[in-house]
Amino acid sequence: MTRVLGAAQAVAYEPVIGLEVHVELATESKMFCGCRNRFGAEPNTLVCPVCLGLPGSLPVVNRRAVELVCKTGLALGCSIAHVSKFDRKNYFYPDMPKNYQISQYDMPLATGGAVTLPSGKRIRLTRIHLEEDTGKNIHGGGAMAAASATLVDYNRAGVPLMEIVSQPDLTSPDEAGEYLAALKAVLSYLGVSDVKMHEGSLRCDANVSLRPVGTQDVGTKIEIKNMNSFRSVVRALQYEIQRQTDVLRAGERVVQETRTWDEERGLTYATRSKEQAHDYRYFPDPDLVPLHLDDEIVAAWRAELPELPLAKRDRFLAAYGLSRYEADLLTGERTTAEFFEAVVAHCGEPKAAANWLLGDVRRALDKHGLTLDATRMRPEHLATLICQVRDGVVSGRAAKEVCEILVRDGRHPAEVVAERNLAQVSDRVAIEALVGEVIAANPESVAAYRTGKAKAFEFLVGQAMKASRGRANVELVRTALRARLG
Amino acid sequence: MRCGHEIREAVIRRQVSAEEVTRAALASIEALEPTLHAYLCLLAERALKHARVLDQRIAAGDDPGPLAGVPVAVKDIFCVAGEVTTAGSKILANFRPPYSATAVERLEAAGAIIIGKTNMDEFAMGSSCENSAFGETRNPWDPSRVPGGSSGGSASTVGAGSVPIALGTDTGGSIREPASFCNIVGLKPTYGRVSRYGMIAFASSLDQAGPMTGCVRDAAITLGAIAGHDPRDATSVDEPVPDFCAGLRTDLNGIRIGIVPEFEEHIAQSDPDMAALYRRAYEDLRALGAQLVEVHLPHVRYGLATYYLIAPAECSSNLARYDGVRYGLRVETDKDVYTMFEQTRAAGFGPEVKRRIILGTYALSAGYYDAYYLRAQKVRTLIKRDFDDAFTQCDVIASPAVSCPAFALGAKTADPVAMYLMDYFTIPMSLAGVPALSVPAGYVRDLPVGLQLTGPAFAEAGVLGVAYAYEQATGHAQSRRPAVMAAAHR
Repeated sequence: MTRVLGAAQAVAYEPVIGLEVHVELATESKMFCGCRNRFGAEPNTLVCPVCLGLPGSLPVVNRRAVELVCKTGLALGCSIAHVSKFDRKNYFYPDMPKNYQISQYDMPLATGGAVTLPSGKRIRLTRIHLEEDTGKNIHGGGAMAAASATLVDYNRAGVPLMEIVSQPDLTSPDEAGEYLAALKAVLSYLGVSDVKMHEGSLRCDANVSLRPVGTQDVGTKIEIKNMNSFRSVVRALQYEIQRQTDVLRAGERVVQETRTWDEERGLTYATRSKEQAHDYRYFPDPDLVPLHLDDEIVAAWRAELPELPLAKRDRFLAAYGLSRYEADLLTGERTTAEFFEAVVAHCGEPKAAANWLLGDVRRALDKHGLTLDATRMRPEHLATLICQVRDGVVSGRAAKEVCEILVRDGRHPAEVVAERNLAQVSDRVAIEALVGEVIAANPESVAAYRTGKAKAFEFLVGQAMKASRGRANVELVRTALRARLG
Repeated sequence: MRCGHEIREAVIRRQVSAEEVTRAALASIEALEPTLHAYLCLLAERALKHARVLDQRIAAGDDPGPLAGVPVAVKDIFCVAGEVTTAGSKILANFRPPYSATAVERLEAAGAIIIGKTNMDEFAMGSSCENSAFGETRNPWDPSRVPGGSSGGSASTVGAGSVPIALGTDTGGSIREPASFCNIVGLKPTYGRVSRYGMIAFASSLDQAGPMTGCVRDAAITLGAIAGHDPRDATSVDEPVPDFCAGLRTDLNGIRIGIVPEFEEHIAQSDPDMAALYRRAYEDLRALGAQLVEVHLPHVRYGLATYYLIAPAECSSNLARYDGVRYGLRVETDKDVYTMFEQTRAAGFGPEVKRRIILGTYALSAGYYDAYYLRAQKVRTLIKRDFDDAFTQCDVIASPAVSCPAFALGAKTADPVAMYLMDYFTIPMSLAGVPALSVPAGYVRDLPVGLQLTGPAFAEAGVLGVAYAYEQATGHAQSRRPAVMAAAHR
């Protein structure tokens, strides 16, 4: 097919997206020294001669970090290299103690494999390799060149960092978001990382180019950096795809460069052209010997892999009769999935457990800035609450109040129900009295109901529940109301 | 001063105290420093404190180890906790490491008294000690001549008899060449035999620490003290450390000694007097019972070219950390941080270091890596194989250590390649990672010269054994006295 230049406006483009994800590994110690690997400590308290790059210091490989990368590779179907090595990536930057980063260039620990999206689409991986993180520059203000002072915190320097490079198999920003969520789920299942994007333990760079729909052309690739959440990855890609579309439709060329995402302004701007690209002068690190992994150790690591998110989702679908949507959400994080299964084990109510976890528990966690890991609520507490609702001990509405207290304070539901006098009222006499009061107080609604307005009935039920602070047994209220109103 | 093992015996038997030995060494050094300038700093207080503790231990019946009470000088490339460690560079003029090198810790654990830090070519780059940022060291045999390098200070102070033992490092000959120039024994062990932790890196795949001593037995004892696996150095090898003294012997019956025609041709062309001296040395080995066999090392003629790609490439990366951010020299500037890097490095490094950083940066650059660095690594493999093949036919290779005796100060400073050629005979062993030693072999034009003995990987005991028999039979080191020497020797 030939295209006339003048018809360029008519050409539709599709994006080709690949992601590079950096993951800080949750090891006890750093990649090449014995310093503790911990987020949020006082600056420069987790450092030693090795991670500060003092003269004469030497790196020694953290075997646990190698294991975590290989387990990630095994979980994603990669092949694990029998022999790999570490290389030096040379460039000057003040947050890098040695002015080179120990990384892996041409012999990564893992190659191949794929991340499977919920849709079943496989996003192939190029490689997974292991390297060391840099320190952090803290600028006195403005850009680095203009800053009055720059302080450097080397606590992060030497933290083990796993880089997962995808093939350019992603075709939309939303798919990139799904990829990140699916990858994060696998990583959290493996326990290899905290995967907290806001703390920087998961970071993502994106490569994106455009090509005319239906072709296999290779467009000019733009790298986008500085995206701090899954949402900003999606937004940055949306912005960048529109920008490149506009450039192409204007009959211009996309220039190969690195662009930075500006979260506040919602745009990307150029930071480094191809000409300014570093020559990293990679060469094998002579301080380290090649890494040999035999079949036995790889087999042992494979045997230690937990059930992974997709397998768990399929099992949840089959075993618990959940919707696809519920199963996806529940298996997104290992803690949620395990909590769910523990609740079900105690109460035998998978549907109710799913509803509570994805509804009121989630809302209460968000409200109090907690996570399922951090809350002191135990699965058996939630299970007890679910049983109490089922058995009519507390009303659904009162249970919501109890739930929030469970999440916030980690107390036993029976205790909360007793203390707050939240036990459901099913006493006929009390219900009759309550309904009588509501009818007396709302003559207009009563009249409206009698003229055939069904909504008015629900209003009166609501008023009765409100008057009882949610404790009244709602079915008994309905029966009593119907009887009184005829 | 006597040999280290003799001092140790005297100290253990309490014929002399470690403190007295230390004071005598310090006095000798102070007397000779105006002439030799072998040291960048003396650790007098520290040394005397350690000596007194040692004397108390001996009085209490302890045996503080095979180097008990022996004064040892260490090249200023080894970190000593809390003491200024410069590697001969302005960029580290104020650097005090918070830790000691493993080799230093092991020397002290063996009872050695660390007496001072010796002068060296900046970051061990040089063959004359003239590249020190803190002035050149002189040769005790003729103070108008260089002591060799880069471990020139260590060679000079041992050659003058101020201390019996010093620690040096050898990347392409930096122990063996100065040992040859100063009439002492210098051993570069197998790569991986001695931990590099705390030893400031020049070229990581080549750097190796080793003893520089007045006699072969002291070299064997010192190697025994510092050798062995170190979990802090991934390249140190977990190989058993034998008793190196047990291999010392007085005859060479049954030993096959390889002579390398490629080396002999080179020395014959360089200096006929040198060639004649080495021929006599080989005959002396034969007279001790050794069988001389011809072995070929066809790729050693590429050694220098190979070395000058690999070593600068590694150094360009190793020295990147000296940027003024965390320690060492910083040249303040109003401009950005990259200007600070540039000005700090421009002011902090000497010309030879800069030359090698530029060479190495170039060799690693995109588009040149395959042609230079990668090709050099392949040649390195071929040189390694040459030695493997040779050692199927012989036990030890005997060869020149150097192509000439110590040259005059300034004679080669204007011609870097002439200086690089000084390591012609020592570089192949560094590239192959095999142990090699220089032992005094006599005199050419009244200046001392060393014989190089090389063995297979981890066969230091065999090399030391041959060196000991040769030393005992010829007594070259004892036959003459240096022009500048410690009072104890007079």
